[in-house]
Amino acid sequence: MPSVTHSDSSSSPASPADYRLQSEAVAARFAALHARPVVLEAEHLSCEFDSERGRVTALRDINVRIHRRELVCVIGPSGCGKSTFARVIAGLQPVSAGRILVDGVAVTAPGPDRGMVFQGYTLFPWLTLTQNVRFGLDMQGRSDGPADAEARQWLDLVGLGKFHDSYPHQLSGGMKQRVAIARALAAGPKILLMDEPFGALDPSTRAQMQAHLMEIWRNVDITIVFITHDMDEAILLADRILVLKANPGEVQEFIEVPVPRPRRLDQFNTPEFQAMRQHLDSLIHPAPGPNSPDHCPLPFIRLTQAGDDVE
Amino acid sequence: MALLSVRREPPARYRWLLWVLAFALPLATWSAVSYIPWLWHPQVLITDAGSVSWIKPGLRLDRADFAAQVNKATAANLAPPVGEPANPLYLPPPHAVGRALYGAFTTAPRLKGDMWLHESIVMSIKTIFLGFAISSLFALPLGIICGAYPALSRMTEPFVDFVRYMPAPAFGALMVAIFGIHLEPKIAIVVLGTFFTQVLVTAGTVRRVDPALLEAAQTLGAKRGKLVRRVIIPACLPDLYNDTRILIGCAWTYLVVAEVVGVSSGITFFINQQAKYRNFDNVYAAIIIIGLIGLATDQVLSFIGARLFGWKLTRRSRTRAFLGWLFSPRDVLYFPDKPSTR
Repeated sequence: MPSVTHSDSSSSPASPADYRLQSEAVAARFAALHARPVVLEAEHLSCEFDSERGRVTALRDINVRIHRRELVCVIGPSGCGKSTFARVIAGLQPVSAGRILVDGVAVTAPGPDRGMVFQGYTLFPWLTLTQNVRFGLDMQGRSDGPADAEARQWLDLVGLGKFHDSYPHQLSGGMKQRVAIARALAAGPKILLMDEPFGALDPSTRAQMQAHLMEIWRNVDITIVFITHDMDEAILLADRILVLKANPGEVQEFIEVPVPRPRRLDQFNTPEFQAMRQHLDSLIHPAPGPNSPDHCPLPFIRLTQAGDDVE
Repeated sequence: MALLSVRREPPARYRWLLWVLAFALPLATWSAVSYIPWLWHPQVLITDAGSVSWIKPGLRLDRADFAAQVNKATAANLAPPVGEPANPLYLPPPHAVGRALYGAFTTAPRLKGDMWLHESIVMSIKTIFLGFAISSLFALPLGIICGAYPALSRMTEPFVDFVRYMPAPAFGALMVAIFGIHLEPKIAIVVLGTFFTQVLVTAGTVRRVDPALLEAAQTLGAKRGKLVRRVIIPACLPDLYNDTRILIGCAWTYLVVAEVVGVSSGITFFINQQAKYRNFDNVYAAIIIIGLIGLATDQVLSFIGARLFGWKLTRRSRTRAFLGWLFSPRDVLYFPDKPSTR
C-alpha cells in the first residue's frame, strides 16, 4: 500500500479514496514534471466555425500549459471539441481568439514540430511502409541513404521490421496505426497529437497498442496530447487528464492522475484507479436532471406474448 | 437462383459463360433476323423476272409490291416473277459482314488514290492519338492545378464550362480556315471536343483526394508544391488514369465528326464511300473494326492500370488477376476504393 500524503486518508470502502490523494512517489513525480520547461501552451484559446447548424463554438477560453515529456489525455462528452483542440494545436483549424505557443513561439500553420496520428490511419497507400515513414524526412530535404536507414529503424522500433517493403493495404488496423506513429515520430516532432488513434481497433489490439505507446513514450523524448473518449484508456496512459465540457468546449478540470507509474493493465482495481474512474464518470456523465434530453423514459410497449418473462 | 440475386456477383464458374453470352446474344438475334425467313424479311429478292419487263433479277421489292406484280401477271395469264423473302440491303447477314471484314483488307480501293482500309484505320488512329495527346498535355496539368487550388478553379472553370457546351463540330469551318483541309483541323476538333471536359473531369478527380491524407502530409511538413507533387498527384493518379480511359471513348465520337471536316479521311471516309456504293456489309465491317479497336484499347489500358496501381487493390495471383480482368463487370469505371469482396 503506498503511503498517502494527506491526513484524511481513512476512506471507507463505500466511498473510494479521493482522486486527489497522491502517494509520495507520485507527488514527487508531479513536482519533477512541473519543474520541466513548458512545451505547449494554450492562451485564451477559442475556436468557432460555421457548420450546417449555424455558428458553433467548439472551444472557449482554454488555458493550458503542458510540460516536456508529459502525456496528457483530453477527454469529454461528445461534441466537447476535443478533436478540435488537437486540430487547432496541429494548425489544421484556425483559431478565433487566443493562441497556441510551442516552446514560446506562436503557431498558425501545420508544421513538422507537431506530429499527428489520426483515427483513420491516413497512411499513403501508394508508398511502402519505409517510404511512408520516410515522408517527413523527405519533406525536410534529407538525403536518401540516411533517411532510409532512419525510417527502417523507426519501423523496427514499432515492431514492423519484417514489413519494410509491404504496402499499407496488406496490414491490419493495429499495424497501420503503428506505422502512423512511426511516421509521425520520424519527422522529429516536439509534440505528438493523437486524435482517438485506437478508436477503430478491437479491444485486445487496443490494449496491445496502449502498452506499445507507453513503451515508445518511455524511450523517446516526446510530449503527447492524446484525445480519447475512453476513460480507462485516459487513466491508464495519462500523467494529467484534461476534462472538457460540451457546448461550448471549456476546461472543466485538469486532473493529475494518482495512479503510480509504470502503468499496467492490472492496476485497474487499485483504489487510485477506481477513485479516478469514479470522478471522471461523475464529470462526464452527470446524473441526468429532469430537463436533460437524455432523461426521457422509453414508452413501455408489450411486444411479447410468450409468457416467459425474463425480468 | 444464385445467378439472379440482387447486387450479388455471380459464381466465378458462370462468369466466362456470361461474358460469351454478352456477345453471343446480339449475334444470335442478328443471325435469327437474317436467316429465318418468316421472322422479318420485309422484301422480296427477285430471282426470275418472269414477264414483267421492268423487273430484273437481284432487285429487292417490298412484299406488297411484289404480290401486286404477281397478281397482275397471273391475271393476264403471263409468267409471274419469282423471288425469295429477303432483308433490306442495309441489313446484311453476319456471314456477308464477316466476308467483308476479311475482304475489306484484301480488296484494292475502287478509285485510284483512295486509301486501303488499313491505311484509313492508321490515319484515324493517328488523328485520335495526336488529338488526345495534345489535349491531355494541357488539360491534365490545368485540371490538377484547378483541383488543387480552388482560387484558380474559380477563375478558369466558369469559362471552361461555357465553352464545353459549344459543340466541337460547330468549330469545323473555323478550324478549316485556320488549319487548312488536311489532318490538322481534324486533330483540332478532337482536341476541342476533349480538352474542356478533360479539364473539368481531372479537377473533379483531384478534389476527391481524401483530405485526411493532405492533413497528414501537412503535419509531416509538406507545403504547397510538395503537397501537390508528393500527395495529390500520386493519390489521384489511378483515378486520373481511369478518367483518361473513359475520355478516349469520347474522343472516338469526335473523331467521326472531325473526319468529315475538310477533306474527308480515315475510317469515316471509308464508311461514307462504301455507303455511297451501297456496300453495307463493308460499312458494318468498318463499324465493327472501330468497336474492336476501342474495346482492345480499353482492355489493354485497364489491364496496364491494374498492374501500375496495384496498391489500390489487394494483391492477387497473376492468373486470378488475369481472369478477374477478363470477367470483371464492365460497368465498373473506377477502381473500387476498398478491395472488392469478390
